[in-house]
Amino acid sequence: MSKRYAGASRREMLRNIAMGVTLAGMPLEAAQHVHGVAADQKKKTAGVYKPKHFNTHEYGTVRRLAELIIPADDVSGSAIEAGAPEFIDLIAANNQDIGLRMTGGLAWLDRQMETAHGKSFVACNPAEQTGMLDRIANREKATPELGPGVEFFRWIRRLTADAFYTSPIGVKDVGYVGNKGMTTFQVPASALEYAAKRSGLT
Amino acid sequence: MQTAPQALRGGPVYDVVVIGSGAGGGTMVQVLTKLGVNVALIEAGPMLNPGRDFKEHKTPFDYEHRGGLEGGIYTTDPNRPFSFFSAPNGYWNLEGEPYTVAPGSNFTWFRSRILGGRTNHYGRISLRFSDYDFAPRKMDGLGEDWPITYEDVAPYYDKAEAFIGVTGTKEGIRTAPDGVFQTPPPPRVHEVLVQRAGKQLGIPVIPCRLAIITKPTNGRVPCHYCGQCGRGCVTASNYSSSQVQIFPAMKTGKLKIFPNAMARELITDGPGKVKAVSYIDKTTRTEKQIRCRAVVLAASACESARLMLNSKGPGYTNGLGNSSGVIGRYLMDSVGYDVSGYVPALEGMQRHDTDGFGGGHLYMPWWEFDKKNKEFPRGYHIEIGGGYGMPGVGTFHGACEQHQGYGKNLKQFIRSKYGTTVGLSGRGEMIPNKDTFCEIDPNVVDRWGIPVLRFHFKWTENETRMAKHMHDTFAAIYKQMGGEMIGVRNDKHESGISIGGAIIHEVGVARMGNDPKTSAVDGYGQSHDVKNLFVTDGATFVSNPDKNPTLTICALAWRTAEFLAEELRKGNV
Repeated sequence: MSKRYAGASRREMLRNIAMGVTLAGMPLEAAQHVHGVAADQKKKTAGVYKPKHFNTHEYGTVRRLAELIIPADDVSGSAIEAGAPEFIDLIAANNQDIGLRMTGGLAWLDRQMETAHGKSFVACNPAEQTGMLDRIANREKATPELGPGVEFFRWIRRLTADAFYTSPIGVKDVGYVGNKGMTTFQVPASALEYAAKRSGLT
Repeated sequence: MQTAPQALRGGPVYDVVVIGSGAGGGTMVQVLTKLGVNVALIEAGPMLNPGRDFKEHKTPFDYEHRGGLEGGIYTTDPNRPFSFFSAPNGYWNLEGEPYTVAPGSNFTWFRSRILGGRTNHYGRISLRFSDYDFAPRKMDGLGEDWPITYEDVAPYYDKAEAFIGVTGTKEGIRTAPDGVFQTPPPPRVHEVLVQRAGKQLGIPVIPCRLAIITKPTNGRVPCHYCGQCGRGCVTASNYSSSQVQIFPAMKTGKLKIFPNAMARELITDGPGKVKAVSYIDKTTRTEKQIRCRAVVLAASACESARLMLNSKGPGYTNGLGNSSGVIGRYLMDSVGYDVSGYVPALEGMQRHDTDGFGGGHLYMPWWEFDKKNKEFPRGYHIEIGGGYGMPGVGTFHGACEQHQGYGKNLKQFIRSKYGTTVGLSGRGEMIPNKDTFCEIDPNVVDRWGIPVLRFHFKWTENETRMAKHMHDTFAAIYKQMGGEMIGVRNDKHESGISIGGAIIHEVGVARMGNDPKTSAVDGYGQSHDVKNLFVTDGATFVSNPDKNPTLTICALAWRTAEFLAEELRKGNV
């Protein structure tokens, strides 16, 4: 971004913005600059994450589940790369209801796997793991005794999707290209033509 | 016997004290200072610093919680703001400042405590009332007529639109009178589809009128189309009273702002004249007074009513300016009915930037206002949502529920469904009813010791039948687009209508009128009982047409400001 707005001093721009100097007429470049600064601030320091809510075993299970829910494919990376385990841990640590849903759900899941395979969820092989998820993922098809698993999976799927699609990887995956400063708003004629034709509203 | 608090001696005497800095207070301050009047503005929240306070261009990834906490959907703090990203200091619950809801009622009250109030975040929809909206009783025998007409207000709509900047197109539709418009942006793809479907169904779909500028206006630069108006705009390209009216007024030397000042009551010189405003300086928790020649209440409708009801003394034990007993009565919100639908025609479309304005570029004004034998009184307009919005926490919960799976299939499903949802929101007129009002709760005070409001709220058949009509209309529109309704979004009332207060159009608790027995203020917002007391927020509304209130609040405040300045000059107040 700094290359595009090399003419303006970022420090000065930010100072002006911080002082609320908007009425003098902030030029478009300034608005774009703010977007640029916001984008630059995204860089996070990498390192070993220490969970706040989960113990090591639970956190390992969360990681595995996140990867199963949103794995890497031809288009984009996985929920782990998008920071889903860290996000789920943070929300669980700050929301008692979700914290309990996660802890209890993980314990339920392990108990099921122990009974069926004599091993915890993470210790089971991929086929055993997906075998379980196939039974709890779909609310309508699940048998009643799997109720707690269905409810747990519903929440961890949501949280995983939240983390993935709010990350740069997920944003690129779905193709959101906004949050830019522009001088005019335009709609590509080809996009309109496409949808109009498909809807019959031409 | 009750005694009234005494005004303190000393300190400057301002011409006017304005209480509240939203649309009504901001317009008041702008016009009065321009006319040379000395104004003190008191605001219950802090000053606004847009550069520091607005999260306009942030993305969820800029925060570890991605916007999920601190007001986001995973927040457990009961003092909830609108959302994490919304413009600051607006809350569904304010810490230390409760209100109560009577048993059997359901009501929610959104308040902002910051310079500019709710104008920092609001939807910017700026619709004029129609001529018939000022005389609804003449039309159907319900409610009451206003003491003023469209012709009285039209010049002030002109002034307000020209000053704050409103986009739109001249359409010649009676229900949506044309105004002073700037050029609107073109419609998005899904909006064009709705427009074409509407044409086939006989429903007009026209450019929405929004207080967002597309040309330089009074030193403000045009919109840069980031779509985040609700977060507050650092370039002041949309209307907020803080940036558009109050900051410039600060340069006149005629304005003194008292932030973090919570008004407690109005101090009088007998029942007929206000001498001072007593307030709590929140930063020091001390009681202070400001002396004045006149007071303008613009604290938001219900707060203004609360202030009058809490100002008591000999001869006005019912509350100041309340000899009619109507203060707190005739509370109204808008009928809100929101659904989302899936439109397969949008699937697979090339991705493009649909941010644009924060809000729909098109809307549907009410089209059956002259239809006889309607199944419900009055009408509604329809707002349109959709496009490739910035993904946030919660955006894809619906898709997860629909898909019910996981893995690569889930990813592919979300990818294909992104941007295929079109939202339709009906906003309709509620008829005031006897079961809907606010009053002082006799047992509860806030942290400053000020008695709080207790709300009573009820929708009637007038509104539930309207909601049914909205539902059927939306279903027809989706069908015409080759789509289908996914679901009703507000299901807190059995009819699917939003709960009272949730649309944040609460108005009408100190209504205007010609008869002092049945109204609190006259057509200028001047109290019948107290000649130097004025009300310029939504409290004076006699009815609540399906035309979001802010523009009319601005126009009426402008009219009151000119009247008040002239009365001050003549020495009448």
